[in-house]
Amino acid sequence: MASANKVGARNRPLSPHLQIWRWGPAMLVSILHRVTGGGLAVVGLAVLLWWLGALAGGPASYATFSGVMGAWYGKVVLVGLTWAFFQHLCTGIRHFVLDIGAGYELEANARWSVLTIVISVVLTAGVWACILAR
Amino acid sequence: MGNGTSIGRVRGLGSAHSGSANWLQERFTGIASLIVSLYLLFSLLMLPSINYLTVRAWLVHPLPATMMALFVIANFWHARSGLLVVIEDYVHEHGAKFAAVTALNLAAFAGAAFGVLSIIRLALGA
Repeated sequence: MASANKVGARNRPLSPHLQIWRWGPAMLVSILHRVTGGGLAVVGLAVLLWWLGALAGGPASYATFSGVMGAWYGKVVLVGLTWAFFQHLCTGIRHFVLDIGAGYELEANARWSVLTIVISVVLTAGVWACILAR
Repeated sequence: MGNGTSIGRVRGLGSAHSGSANWLQERFTGIASLIVSLYLLFSLLMLPSINYLTVRAWLVHPLPATMMALFVIANFWHARSGLLVVIEDYVHEHGAKFAAVTALNLAAFAGAAFGVLSIIRLALGA
């Protein structure tokens, strides 16, 4: 649009973005939903394809995959993806509730926003406790 | 609610009358992903380990292989729907937007094809 009419187009008023609002739980989890979704789509699906490709490739390619994912940096990525998965799942369910028109009361909205973060952290810790206890 | 002005329609502004399709697909694939993800998560946690032989022996069975293929399809579709919205929100220049949407579609289909083919190869005992 900007390129269509360069003269004057740059000085048109813009709607306010992130920097102007006071941060609240609903704003935070809305942004987290988008960030975790993007992370899962790019990094999560890449790791998934590498895992499936390594399985199809045979023991040697699986050993390469396991070597990277078993190292500390691989574990950081996997723990991050686990949390992103649960956070996106929780805020996704929150969106379903909002889609049916419920949960817009200020107090309930803030409470469930905060709870998505609490639940995602607890579930991430739970899954990794299961994995490390194995 | 009108249909916008004539000049607005000439410029391609106003409703496309098909905007709810992607929004609904995002929800449908989200529900699919939720169900399949939980099945795979519990299945993988029940395995004694995630070494090559254990995972392979599990994934060659019809139900896990089907669920894994559905997981790949649902998530690549969901990722495509979601990232499409992100691109539409932040990329406004027509050429760049066309390039980004094209790259997204190619990556989504290619990724899903690779994932499903890997699962078929395992399930059919390559």
